[in-house]
Amino acid sequence: MSGAQPRVAAPVGRKDAAPVPAVLPGTRRSARPEMLRAIGPRLLLALYIVFLLVPIYWLVNMSLKTNAEIASGMTLWPERPTLENYRRIFTDASWYSGYINSLKYVLLNTAISLLVALPAAYAFSRYRFLGDKHLFFWLLSNRMAPAAVFALPVFQLYSAVGLFDTPWAVALAHCVFNIPLAVWILEGFMSGVPREIDETAAIDGWSFPAFFVRIFLPMVAGGVGVAAFFCFMFSWVELLLARTLTTVDAKPIVATMTRTVSAAGMDWGLLAAAGVLTIIPGAIVIWFVRNHIARGFALGRV
Amino acid sequence: MSVSLEGIGLTAGGQPLLHPVTMELSAARPHVLLGPTGAGKTTLLRLLAGLDRPSSGRIFAEGRDVTGRPVRGRSVAMVYQQFINYPSMTVFENIASPLRVARLPRAEIEARVQGAAGLLRMTPYLSRRPLELSGGQQQRTAIARALVKRAALVLMDEPLANLDYKLREELREELPRLFAESGSVFVYATTEPAEALLLGGRVATLSEGRVTQVGPAGEVFRRPADLATARVFSDPPLNEAPARQGDGRLVLAGGIVLPAPAALLPDGPCTIGIRAHELSLDPLPGAVPIPAVVRVAEVTGSESYIHLDVGGLPWVVLAPGIRRPEPGEAATVWLDPRRCLAFGADGQLAAAALAEPA
Repeated sequence: MSGAQPRVAAPVGRKDAAPVPAVLPGTRRSARPEMLRAIGPRLLLALYIVFLLVPIYWLVNMSLKTNAEIASGMTLWPERPTLENYRRIFTDASWYSGYINSLKYVLLNTAISLLVALPAAYAFSRYRFLGDKHLFFWLLSNRMAPAAVFALPVFQLYSAVGLFDTPWAVALAHCVFNIPLAVWILEGFMSGVPREIDETAAIDGWSFPAFFVRIFLPMVAGGVGVAAFFCFMFSWVELLLARTLTTVDAKPIVATMTRTVSAAGMDWGLLAAAGVLTIIPGAIVIWFVRNHIARGFALGRV
Repeated sequence: MSVSLEGIGLTAGGQPLLHPVTMELSAARPHVLLGPTGAGKTTLLRLLAGLDRPSSGRIFAEGRDVTGRPVRGRSVAMVYQQFINYPSMTVFENIASPLRVARLPRAEIEARVQGAAGLLRMTPYLSRRPLELSGGQQQRTAIARALVKRAALVLMDEPLANLDYKLREELREELPRLFAESGSVFVYATTEPAEALLLGGRVATLSEGRVTQVGPAGEVFRRPADLATARVFSDPPLNEAPARQGDGRLVLAGGIVLPAPAALLPDGPCTIGIRAHELSLDPLPGAVPIPAVVRVAEVTGSESYIHLDVGGLPWVVLAPGIRRPEPGEAATVWLDPRRCLAFGADGQLAAAALAEPA
């Protein structure tokens, strides 16, 4: 075996984070900086990913343990794995109805936000009108106020009109934040479509609604996906408005989770299982828009 | 079919984008709008199409006033410089688009699309999507869509500008023929004088938002009505020299006397213009020698463009053959007065030749 061989082979085969180089005697001095250069970036990346994943791993870990095991000390993986926590969530109506309620208002909100934002974004992208720039900025400034500001007036208003404790209550309240965001994202994507396409369609004789649905929407499909993703995520994780505007019938999962301190103390395993199930919808939605998400964060502007 | 404009103009924010134009467009010959970028060609095309509303004047199609009628209600087709197609549809559906909207019978659509695709040699690509095609094929898709519609008015805004040389030559030849057979009024905007001459037909030259002259291409080229037109219709740029008519003599800025009949020009300052291919580096009978300094020489295969400094003025001479004078070298340009254009102080053409052709 020549001295050069392990130097080349070791970094390629090495996927774990343990940086103990297999260096033969005599080659040690010259090999070390080279090893570092090869492994350094991988090591950094590995550490980064480990730190990112630790909390999530711990959540999954806990959700598969019994409360007794969680309380008894630290174990890196469940000694007696159990699905009991998940079983309880799927069988106990007070738990699974939380997910259903959350999904109801999240989907409602995403649909309303997109339906309102699509024409608005088209108008901002295609037409110049008095005060368009100010109006456009004002839209975004809605996002700059904390949700707490809106909680009180919205609570009182909904109580007065009988919307309180319905999925509509939360779905409409979240529009305050989601419509502006969706308009900004969609406007960016729409402005990337040449105006000549609209004109060509008009010259061909397409009516506006037909053009919008058949020709224009497919061209900004990525933007619609990204806008839907942001609406979904915001609405899914938002706690304050969702909790303020509901009590029993429309109680969302985030509210259920924060109120689960029983007489017997914290039910850690159950909460962890609920947490895992709460992450999953977001992960699924991200999967669908993964190719467009970077542009979405730039609000559609490239 | 015919379209006529009566004082059509467009103003935006107090700035005139297009000064009022009055012209007749007929289906008999292609119409070319010639002018540099920003001259108002696209503005005029958009007004013709009905995409923009004119701030003054009226447009008539077939004698009926269509001013302000939205574009959907007009019989118009348009091809842009950028390749504009519907990316979500196949090439077939792209070409069929105006026919589908018009709810033509299926068989008729099929026949017309196949016909247009055949003419533009797009038949093998009908099931592809536009973004899977080359630029030339994308543009031919757009042209086919304009063709199948059989619109009364077909507008082309520098449709060949983004294509490669070979394709451009090919399509330039085919386009007027394709649309001549359809009986459409065909309007073609370009920045290239050569393209305007090759397409033939009638030319309207535009400069700074103004239509400077309308007429048969060859005639406008030979007798441009004013200095602006001559500049627009010259490539390489028109060689110009200030001159003065007085005491029965025409004197160039450098003191060179041009032989010209005394009655041809009014006394006072004027501008002499001559195109690059009319000048010569070799003695010509009847021509006047003018001293110059070579600045740079460009050889394009069988011809050479010699850029000269003539008394501080940048001139270009198109010389046949390969010539490579060194920069800084002295040269003599032979100026034939019979080929000079003379413009009065107001920029209007005073004489299309300073002497009768021999």
